[in-house]
Amino acid sequence: MALLQISEPGLSTLPHQHRLAVGIDLGTTNSLVATVRNGISVVLNDENGRAMLPSVVRYLADGSVAVGEAAQAMQSEDAANTIVSVKRFMGRGLKDVGEISRLPYRFADAPPTGTGQGSGMLQLRTVAGVKSPVEVSAEILKVLRNRAEAALGGELVGAVITVPAYFDDAQRQATKDAARLAGLNVLRLLNEPTAAAIAYGLDNAAEGIYAVYDLGGGTFDISILRLSRGVFEVLAANGDSALGGDDFDQRIHCWLLEKNHLSALGPQDTRLLLTHARAAKEQLTEHAETRITAALSTGEVIDNVLTRSEFHTLSQNLVQRTLQPLRRALRDAKLEVADIKGVVMVGGATRMPQVQHAVEEFFGQTPLTNLDPDKVVALGAAIQANLLAGNRSGDEWLLLDVIPLSLGIETMGGLAEKIIPRNSTIPTARAQEFTTYKDGQTAMSIHVVQGERELVSDCRSLAKFELRGIPAMVAGAARIRVTFQVDADGLLNVSAREMGSGVEAAIAVKPSYGLSDGEITRMLQESTQHAQDDMHARALREQQTEAGQLLEAVQHALEQDGGLLSQAERTLIETQMGLLRDTLQLADHLAIKRAATALNDATVSFAQARMDKSVAHVLTGKKIAELGEK
Amino acid sequence: MAITLTENAAKHVENFIAKRGKGVGLRIGVRTSGCSGMAYKLEFADELASDDLQFVSHGVTVLVDPKSLSYIDGMELDYTREGLNEGFKFNNPNVKNQCGCGESFGV
Repeated sequence: MALLQISEPGLSTLPHQHRLAVGIDLGTTNSLVATVRNGISVVLNDENGRAMLPSVVRYLADGSVAVGEAAQAMQSEDAANTIVSVKRFMGRGLKDVGEISRLPYRFADAPPTGTGQGSGMLQLRTVAGVKSPVEVSAEILKVLRNRAEAALGGELVGAVITVPAYFDDAQRQATKDAARLAGLNVLRLLNEPTAAAIAYGLDNAAEGIYAVYDLGGGTFDISILRLSRGVFEVLAANGDSALGGDDFDQRIHCWLLEKNHLSALGPQDTRLLLTHARAAKEQLTEHAETRITAALSTGEVIDNVLTRSEFHTLSQNLVQRTLQPLRRALRDAKLEVADIKGVVMVGGATRMPQVQHAVEEFFGQTPLTNLDPDKVVALGAAIQANLLAGNRSGDEWLLLDVIPLSLGIETMGGLAEKIIPRNSTIPTARAQEFTTYKDGQTAMSIHVVQGERELVSDCRSLAKFELRGIPAMVAGAARIRVTFQVDADGLLNVSAREMGSGVEAAIAVKPSYGLSDGEITRMLQESTQHAQDDMHARALREQQTEAGQLLEAVQHALEQDGGLLSQAERTLIETQMGLLRDTLQLADHLAIKRAATALNDATVSFAQARMDKSVAHVLTGKKIAELGEK
Repeated sequence: MAITLTENAAKHVENFIAKRGKGVGLRIGVRTSGCSGMAYKLEFADELASDDLQFVSHGVTVLVDPKSLSYIDGMELDYTREGLNEGFKFNNPNVKNQCGCGESFGV
């Protein structure tokens, strides 16, 4: 018979209607799946008792696919068809991935999507055909899904999948697509540091600011989170995408080469020594010293003793390298070390005592380490999944997430108008009204951008679409309501509607490639560094736009009613127009403003004359009485 | 009249309640639903109801409402592992038939 789990009071499920939900940590190096069973979040192991599934996918010529250890074992033999660290490619175009030539894959750029959204995600040519990073990730998710369904004895109602805090819309959408492809219903995408904080139950704690220090196999991330009213807000994210536990193995490997006076080894011996180096690193977490013995293919035998203090010296600068992003993150968040209420350790490499000591010293407090750092993200995701699936009573917390970078549209003059500010809680919807810029304008191009800067050229372009069929009206008369809607996963829908006629256009933003974590932190930093420049740039663009409109209006008036002017008046106006046109070229908004004011002043009597003329025109042939009725 | 837990089941329940941080015991019951008429209810109990019947088995308090008891009297609750799956198993002497998966039953 079926095996039952204990439910929360009053929440027993009906037969065959178990709300089975899992949390998935889809990692760069390893992936895990966890669930809440009998009220406790647990990681689900495979049939060999292993929790971690290496995030490696190998495509074979017969069309079959190997995932995990089996694929990892063939990594060097069949490098071109064995995809490792596919997470780095999610939602990215070829030009976003800098180190293409150093990777063993055959890349292909995707054909343009045809919707003007850029050139699409990169693709990988394998022996089984061209695969997108979404498909590769889906293979990993499928294995985890099968494992979960076998362990839970039923179909899953959904999953919470974690993503790095710096993932942009494109990378989040790609992750969601991969889940759908794997047959998973995504309940929510959750930021990894937020998941770790949930696993430690920080969301139930009092409000405060927490740091999440995540040193994984190949990447380092530091996030500063603020918890207030059950909402985790990412105040700052920083890191080093090329620093992780593997670098510590590398240091021991180099030490072994040096000790034994070995020069460059073949790939097989290199792998052998790296495996021993890794084992030694893990030994030194528990023991003061470890002995490394290995027989190389050349017949040479290695036998060395490495002490913990030697290892600490070897790896000292690696540990130090994590502190730099830490300081930057604190500076971005405008916080002092003393503001941090707790520190959460994530990632297997944080088991190393020297890492824990360095973090403890930096923050002046003992970091939280009692949960398994490899599992903590998946455990937190499972808790969130359990809640979203309806297995907890309603009065308990419902965690919300926030938008990492502001969303807005381009307005005249290349300015970015923010519609949803950064750190708004999601889901959310905001609307703003815009109008036409020119007389008789019947279409409006809507350019959706993401970023903190004032100029569109400094922000990230997400999508473009057009609202057509606006009835011809004078400039400024049309009312176009632009609505931004962000769902619980941080994915964006934009719609535009002309309020008079009801014409409408909408787009689901599926940008085809994303920002790198470096770029996103750079964009955030720049927005503060360039605040002054941006303000100036905004003022300049605004003046330029206004002056352009003024010039156009005066020109139009001259063409229509130029006859009302004396030659002298006309010359004065034309001179002022010329002056204004000249200042438009200068990057000085005050000069433009002065010239525009001068032109305005020069046209006062002209405007008066035009007004009189049109009033006279209206009044012609009408009786006083008729006017009185109006 | 009694409901019992195997030692293994009791150990797991104690552990789950300890990790959950609250709870006075385990509530077991039945309700009418499912393809074979009845379905088990297995929940953490945070408080006693006035008509609850209480059993203590290997140190674990089991609460049952009087209406349910007639369907599950003499039952033993076990905790087992089947492949990757693990959980509680009901050995109910009153069951005459059950659906394929055993989640619902008739008496």
